[in-house]
Amino acid sequence: MTAPDLTRVETLWVYLAADPLLWLTVTLAAYVVAERISARFGRHPLANPVLIAVALLAAILTATRTPFETYFQGAQFVHFLLGPATVALALPLHRHWPLVRKAVLPILAALLAGALTAVVSAVGVAAAFGIPQPMLAALAPKSVTAAIAMGISREIGGEPSLTATLVIATGILGAVMVTPLMVALRCTDWRARGFAAGLAAHGIGTARAFQVNPVAGAFAAIAMGLNGLVTAALVPLILRLF
Amino acid sequence: MIVALTLLLTCQLIGEALARLLALPVPGPVIGLVLLFLGLRWRPSAALDGAPLATVAGVLLAHLSLLFVPAGTGIVRHAGALLAYGSGLLTALVLSTALTLAVTAFVFVKVAALVGSRPDPTP
Repeated sequence: MTAPDLTRVETLWVYLAADPLLWLTVTLAAYVVAERISARFGRHPLANPVLIAVALLAAILTATRTPFETYFQGAQFVHFLLGPATVALALPLHRHWPLVRKAVLPILAALLAGALTAVVSAVGVAAAFGIPQPMLAALAPKSVTAAIAMGISREIGGEPSLTATLVIATGILGAVMVTPLMVALRCTDWRARGFAAGLAAHGIGTARAFQVNPVAGAFAAIAMGLNGLVTAALVPLILRLF
Repeated sequence: MIVALTLLLTCQLIGEALARLLALPVPGPVIGLVLLFLGLRWRPSAALDGAPLATVAGVLLAHLSLLFVPAGTGIVRHAGALLAYGSGLLTALVLSTALTLAVTAFVFVKVAALVGSRPDPTP
């Protein structure tokens, strides 16, 4: 009796697993669960919703032996919204523009110092560990938003898809670290905290900044945009040193 | 709502087109951000609370974290490479990210103090 039932379940699974609906639903469900956990822990930085949702999904994909490409067929609908959401960052930027205009010098100074630190420290530490040159090229633009980082990586001989992974890992690390680090450094200026989050950890850092404070979010968005430009110019120069 | 969503997508589309036509190193959505920002300088009422554009942008930005989940899950594809260089790569990521956060915030605060740029909007 059970054997035909199992085949039926299997047939259903084969159908569902290939359908975008399943993986779109699973992506949203994983995020809902991650959000609940994050809220349950009082938005503790370690309970980062992106980190939890990615861990859940990675476990599910591995357990069901689902290729990433199949998963992305469904998840792409969520991924697509990154474009319009980036455009929408114009609103908080517009709202906090008076504050931004008064901080032009701190913004430019922090931008140069931060962009330089991000590239030199990442490539320097990795080179000290004997990591080979193509890997260094993929690592160099890790603090920049994925679309720009992949372009930089391609130009200097890195593997763009590996860069995308390192970018995401950096984003999650930055979003997790920024609050405890700023508290430890006794930095109470939301502009500086947000700017640092957006510069070091691009969109994921910006998402974290919006979670904490709207001014921090606006400054994170500026940092993310500007760092993309500066890093694109800096990386080819710095990589010649290693 | 639909008008607002169309406006966001139109800005992105023009951004993508400009990026390609002029071979700019900036992604289309970032150019779209600048275009929308300039548009808001010209017509600030669209950014007021309750305006459709502000509502749609609010929904998208409130769940910005969700939008990174599909790309984040892409880590599974490179789990092998990451593990192969494990400790070195992880150390580089952690140290560099912490240092970048600290240096950026530090320089921002110091220069702000130097030029008298205050964190509150009141003069």
